[in-house]
Amino acid sequence: MNKIIELKNVNKWFDKFQALKEVNLEVNQQEKIVICGPSGSGKSTLIRCINRLEEHQEGEIIVDGKEISENTKDIEKIRAEVGMVFQQFNLFPHLSILDNCTLAPIWVKKMPKKQAEELAMNNLKRVQIADQAKKFPGQLSGGQQQRSALARALCMEPKIMLFDEPTSALDPEMIKEVLDSMVDLAKAGMTMIVVTHEMGFAKEVADNMIFMDEGRIVEKAKTKDFFDNPKSDRTKLFLSQIL
Amino acid sequence: MKNIFIRPNKENLTSFVTIGSFLVFISFIDVLANTFLNLNFTSFLPSKLSYFAPLILGTIGLYLIRIEFSGNKLLDRINTNFNSSNLNAILSLIVIFTLIKYIPPILNWFFFDANFAGNTKEDCTGSGACWVFVKVWFNRFVYGMYPDSEQWRINSAFILLFALVGASFFVPAKLKKYFLIFLIFVYPIIGLKLISGGEFGLKYVETGAWGGLSLTFIVSAFALILCFPVGMFLALGRRSSLPAIRYTSIGFIELWRGVPLITVLFMSAVMFPMFLPDGTYVDKLIRVLIAITLFEAAYMAEVIRGGLQALPKGQYEAAKSLGMGYWRMHFLIILPQALKLVIPGIANTFLALVKDTPLIFVVGLLELAGMVNLAKTNPKWLGMAMEGYVFAGLVFWVICYAMSRYSQNLEKKLSTER
Repeated sequence: MNKIIELKNVNKWFDKFQALKEVNLEVNQQEKIVICGPSGSGKSTLIRCINRLEEHQEGEIIVDGKEISENTKDIEKIRAEVGMVFQQFNLFPHLSILDNCTLAPIWVKKMPKKQAEELAMNNLKRVQIADQAKKFPGQLSGGQQQRSALARALCMEPKIMLFDEPTSALDPEMIKEVLDSMVDLAKAGMTMIVVTHEMGFAKEVADNMIFMDEGRIVEKAKTKDFFDNPKSDRTKLFLSQIL
Repeated sequence: MKNIFIRPNKENLTSFVTIGSFLVFISFIDVLANTFLNLNFTSFLPSKLSYFAPLILGTIGLYLIRIEFSGNKLLDRINTNFNSSNLNAILSLIVIFTLIKYIPPILNWFFFDANFAGNTKEDCTGSGACWVFVKVWFNRFVYGMYPDSEQWRINSAFILLFALVGASFFVPAKLKKYFLIFLIFVYPIIGLKLISGGEFGLKYVETGAWGGLSLTFIVSAFALILCFPVGMFLALGRRSSLPAIRYTSIGFIELWRGVPLITVLFMSAVMFPMFLPDGTYVDKLIRVLIAITLFEAAYMAEVIRGGLQALPKGQYEAAKSLGMGYWRMHFLIILPQALKLVIPGIANTFLALVKDTPLIFVVGLLELAGMVNLAKTNPKWLGMAMEGYVFAGLVFWVICYAMSRYSQNLEKKLSTER
């Protein structure tokens, strides 16, 4: 198996507050990892460091063979290979769903418009909202918006997908439709790192589970072991509260 | 107590409405007679009471007809719209009486007592406005001191502009981009060359001779087109993470915002040439244009910065996560949204700019208001300041109102929250 993401002794501070403490993590190609933990434990910060939406101060982060640091000149190239889905969707409200999807392929990857639109329609079909392509984000439901955001990220044909609590801002009814799309994506062989509280999804999809608390990775284990016999007491406590 | 304050009620609807409307009627008759026939029915009262008599009568009358759900549609409509409370009744009456009192004299001055025919001041015999003044000076108000025989050049430059703008609405979407580029980058050069001349067999007309409304348009249009991008880059610069760029932008903006335009124009006329090496000469009009552009750009920058700050952080992060760099992120994602948000502020700045153009008189350039100023001091036309300024005011109002409407349309058109 090829390593595609590698974190070595990563430390990150927000002013005096240490958000990540000595984080070590390896992700192989096509591996699915679900990160869980209480709020403020550094889960989001961790995955946001992977595409440098946050800057880490110590340690090494290597994505697809390239180290990410302040010296990285073509950070845009790395970001183009790492798709991200946000809790708040962050669709571009001034563009139609189709334009949301074609914008980056056309301007960043220099793809011809026609080809980009074809690609966008394929991805919109994949998340089952092809019929909404001409609408604007403000006209869609939360679930549809989040699936559009997923399609938008997929249009860059990323090697890795990061999910930052993709269902936390959704009504319970809409959570399922988004998770279904994510399960499809996982089955297609995408490398995924997902921060979520949806343990059903984790059991179905994840190869490995990570539990974080206070900026540290407390436990990393195969999904089955993680749920059946967690090693640390902190994990046991967390699981007992959430399951 | 109950008998002192009569409460209008439904049982005695007819009598209340009859007495009430009679009182209102009398109050209106009093004001009308006062305005048009110069009669004062209430002259037997003390003068102050007489002055307010219609208001008092009208208020009592409206109080009496204020009956809720009377069943009469007209009465109900009057009551809900003009007469919902005593305060509203008084305010409605004051507004209506003021209109009756002051609109007719204004109309008289403008039209009925005004003079339109003739060619000299002596032809103005009426007590109203002397529009002959505007008529005789119209050519100067529009073209300034531009030689009469060459005025076709200004006309054709503006006709070409309007034709191009008009055509841009009809050309297919694919060509529109090139059309706009032509309009913004190529046309101004053609227009300026046409008006200034000196080449292609056109007689050279120095900018000192330009003036009037055409100069208003030229200065406003160039300043508008130029101050927008400058302001945009200043706004981005002020939010830049590079200290050198950030502090330069802040310094620039605060410097220009902190000085009055009139001193900036003085500086451009008097000080600026001193810094130039001997022998170089920059035209007065160009110096003024640069001064106005930089001045308004500082304001524009702050307006645009307001829009940038209103955007959620998520928009930046989403753009970055798709692999966009600084410029793509700003031009594709951030600025389109930020600019849309601040259209009212941008329109505000543009209107202020157009209305600031008369200040270029300090360097000796006379646009519309400046020409009026000049014309009213002509010995043959002394005492015509009112007509001239009203005319200039109306023209400015029309220009600004058109811009304001356009910005409102643009807001509606760009709205995606349908």
